[in-house]
Amino acid sequence: MKLLALTAVGLGKKIKAGEVSAEEAAKEALEAIKARESQVHSFVTIDEEGIVKRAREVQKGILQGEYYSPLAGVPVAVKDNLCIQGLLTTCSSKMLYNFIPTYTAEAVRNLEKAGAVIVGKTNMDEFAMGSTTETSAYGVTKNPWNTGHVPGGSSGGSCAAVAAEEVSYALGSDTGGSIRQPSSFCGVTGIKPTYGTVSRYGLIAYGSSLDQVGPIAKDVSDCAAILETITSYDKKDSTSIERKEKDFTSALVEDVSGMKIGIPRDYLGAGLEPQVKDAVLAAAKKLEEQGAVVEEFDLSLVEYAIPAYYVIAAAEASSNLERFDGVKYGYRAKEYEGLHNMYKKSRSEGFGMEVKRRIMLGSFVLSSGYYDAYYLKALRTKALIKRAFDKAFERYDVILGPTAPTTAPKLGELLNDPLKMYLGDVYTVSVNLAGLPAISLPCGLDKNGLPIGLQIIGDCFQEKKMIRAAFAYEQSRAYQRCPLAGK
Amino acid sequence: MRKEYETVIGLEVHVELATKTKIFCSCSTAFGSQPNTHTCPVCTGMPGSLPVLNKKVVEYAMAVGVATGCQINQYSKFDRKNYFYPDNPQNYQISQLYLPICHDGGIEIETKAGRKIIGIHEIHMEEDAGKLVHDDWEEVSLVDYNRSGVPLIEIVSEPDMRSAEEVIAYLEKLRMMIQYLGASDCKMQEGSMRADVNLSVREAGAEKFGTRTEMKNIGSFKAIARAIEAEAVRQIDLLESGGQVVQETRRWNDEQGYSYAMRSKEDAQDYRYFPEPDLVPIVVSDEWLQQIRDNQPEMRDEKLKRYQETFGLPEYDAQILTSAKKLADLFEATTELCQKPKKVSNWLIGETMRLLKEHEMDPEQLSFSPKNLAKVIQLTEDGTINGTVAKEVFEEVFARDIDPDAYVKEKGLKTVNDEGALRKAIARVIKENPQSVEDYRGGKEKAIGFLVGQTMKAMKGKANPGIINQILKEML
Repeated sequence: MKLLALTAVGLGKKIKAGEVSAEEAAKEALEAIKARESQVHSFVTIDEEGIVKRAREVQKGILQGEYYSPLAGVPVAVKDNLCIQGLLTTCSSKMLYNFIPTYTAEAVRNLEKAGAVIVGKTNMDEFAMGSTTETSAYGVTKNPWNTGHVPGGSSGGSCAAVAAEEVSYALGSDTGGSIRQPSSFCGVTGIKPTYGTVSRYGLIAYGSSLDQVGPIAKDVSDCAAILETITSYDKKDSTSIERKEKDFTSALVEDVSGMKIGIPRDYLGAGLEPQVKDAVLAAAKKLEEQGAVVEEFDLSLVEYAIPAYYVIAAAEASSNLERFDGVKYGYRAKEYEGLHNMYKKSRSEGFGMEVKRRIMLGSFVLSSGYYDAYYLKALRTKALIKRAFDKAFERYDVILGPTAPTTAPKLGELLNDPLKMYLGDVYTVSVNLAGLPAISLPCGLDKNGLPIGLQIIGDCFQEKKMIRAAFAYEQSRAYQRCPLAGK
Repeated sequence: MRKEYETVIGLEVHVELATKTKIFCSCSTAFGSQPNTHTCPVCTGMPGSLPVLNKKVVEYAMAVGVATGCQINQYSKFDRKNYFYPDNPQNYQISQLYLPICHDGGIEIETKAGRKIIGIHEIHMEEDAGKLVHDDWEEVSLVDYNRSGVPLIEIVSEPDMRSAEEVIAYLEKLRMMIQYLGASDCKMQEGSMRADVNLSVREAGAEKFGTRTEMKNIGSFKAIARAIEAEAVRQIDLLESGGQVVQETRRWNDEQGYSYAMRSKEDAQDYRYFPEPDLVPIVVSDEWLQQIRDNQPEMRDEKLKRYQETFGLPEYDAQILTSAKKLADLFEATTELCQKPKKVSNWLIGETMRLLKEHEMDPEQLSFSPKNLAKVIQLTEDGTINGTVAKEVFEEVFARDIDPDAYVKEKGLKTVNDEGALRKAIARVIKENPQSVEDYRGGKEKAIGFLVGQTMKAMKGKANPGIINQILKEML
């Protein structure tokens, strides 16, 4: 009975074969959560009542042949910015402390159609703004590898829950690295798909032009299977794209012979911890040994990615978060005088520091007289970054580098130094600006026993190449469980 | 000595498009339903919801653009206009600032001063806001989102108008064109057409424009004309007394006949416009644009010509029938049913127009069906009812769209064609009115009219006056 030590697909197989039931898996998830939540705190909401009932229904459906997905009956956690009908959805903000949606996010619906059993909603940085899951209004999530460290963010709860084996897999969202960076810090695998691959309907927006929903799991195979399940063309999302090839699991072949892999020299310079650099280069070496052609190149413009990203994401966020005003749902200040005072007090009390910082930044860059200097310039930078990647992908099948410059920092270390926190996104944000797919997967531990993440970036719609490279590398090493999960 | 001044006016006209569903969701646009019954997560600004553009909105906007001689932007985008107000559930309005769908057009108007082109700066698409209902008794405000997300186009004119008369001519022309296109019913009283008036004055002959004020959401053409006259006078008085016009938004109070300042330029909001990231750019292919051009309905000038050529109507008739889309539609549908274009025209330009005037209604408010007008004509033509009764029946058709056949039967209005009964009645009238009989016989032709009237009265109006006349002459 160590069902959650299995991969999601592994557990799904056992359920399908009748060796274990969906209900047993669900109950084990609840037990694991009970045992570890006090140390990790991955969840905002646990659907204790719903999960067992749902597991029974799914089990029945499996027996009747209604569900045939490899994920049927497997327990999953969902980041708390994805709406689920009838289930509290807070974005880890006081602002939405009481918000129960009447609709379900399309990505979650796709999982439900496949027979997934949703355990609960995971903690995150408030409205996905942050890189540590410390800006949550509902407490800090801790890194299951070492609870004195952050799990990363903003999908820190989802990644910690997978690493701590509280669930088999999870959904996250990635606007500037929010799936990949916590995956790296927690020693799990996560994919940010090509923009438009997974519907954003029901995902509470942070930066609409950058947000993508993606899978977080123990390995590349799980991620490919989950991505295959949540990918869909959705008419409710105008930026949704009809993908011709979405058989991502077909790319799970251990063959990279002749594959051209580029490592941006710009990703190996100042700011990168030597241990992370060594692990990433060692991973590249492994791929080279398997027949890939690996070379370093100059990507250029890397230093402009962070400013461009924070201008665009904050601008969109400042507008996206205007709807949280105390009028229709969510938090409203108790005492106020008149409409404007109600807006002001509700928003001042309902939002946390980091959210307010980004709303102010975003409002500033969009304000008259600054629009051209900041917002338009950032948009132009975004286009140039995309062009730099286009050029790189003329020569390489995939681009390889670190996911983050460091391993997980200690709790509290970045919270009061936002600039330092923003700089930690240096390798992830340009992927979102260019709309590209990227995967983060473990490639070793540092001397403190904290996981290091390897990032492989694909060209738009080339997830399969990226998955193939990641899968091939993954075969060279065994999955390392975090000590907490092993207990 | 007062100087000569010229008034300069530009208009922003908002028109609610006649789509069945809203601009970014599939909720109904029906007017007058219970509050918040035509709503969904999208038009109530729920988190995680996303807008999806209704293609029909683009088609209507392009059709109006083509009809008003605009250039069509084949690559157009939506932008967000950010401002906080409870009727606006997202606290931003999805509109078009940087690349509106249509630009640089114009329409010709005709006033006493002659013909003139009023330039159209641009036409853009946007969503309407909800409606706040202030409950003074409870001291609360409630919000109804039924109208939230109803599609609008905003038609922005150049500052080319110089008088209230020109403004009204422009608005009437615009309204007629849009109605002909079927893009909107343009009902001012239901808010499906609203105008903001930008007005400034300058000394006659001056090149530079004066400082303008804006008056928002004025309720009717008449009120617009009054507001313009009053605002021009207010600005001139201000300048004459050594003051200056302040750029501000003013509200016109039509009952009191004056306007007051709402907010000045200094407190003007910064809308922080930026491209709407949830929508993709609208790309209009050459084929799509051609389709819009090919499918433009027959406009007034073409109808005017056709009514005279095909139906043989006098120009006078054709002018009135084509002055409102609703009249033209009724004319065509009724003629189709009864094949008597001149008769139909007579009913529309005669009785219909008279009743509209009497009830202070616009042609757009006509609600009777062509079928019932056709029946009235049929009943008159086959002699079932006479002209006087027909008018009575038509009043009922006009008011309640009753079925004339059933009404005539029920009320017993059928013309009596029983000659025996008629002769009896006439004999009695002759007997009872010896003076008139004598007058007639003495050569006073007019006297017969009185006798016909008396007979009609005796027959309770249900006789054919022509036949009475004939029998009377014979009997006298």
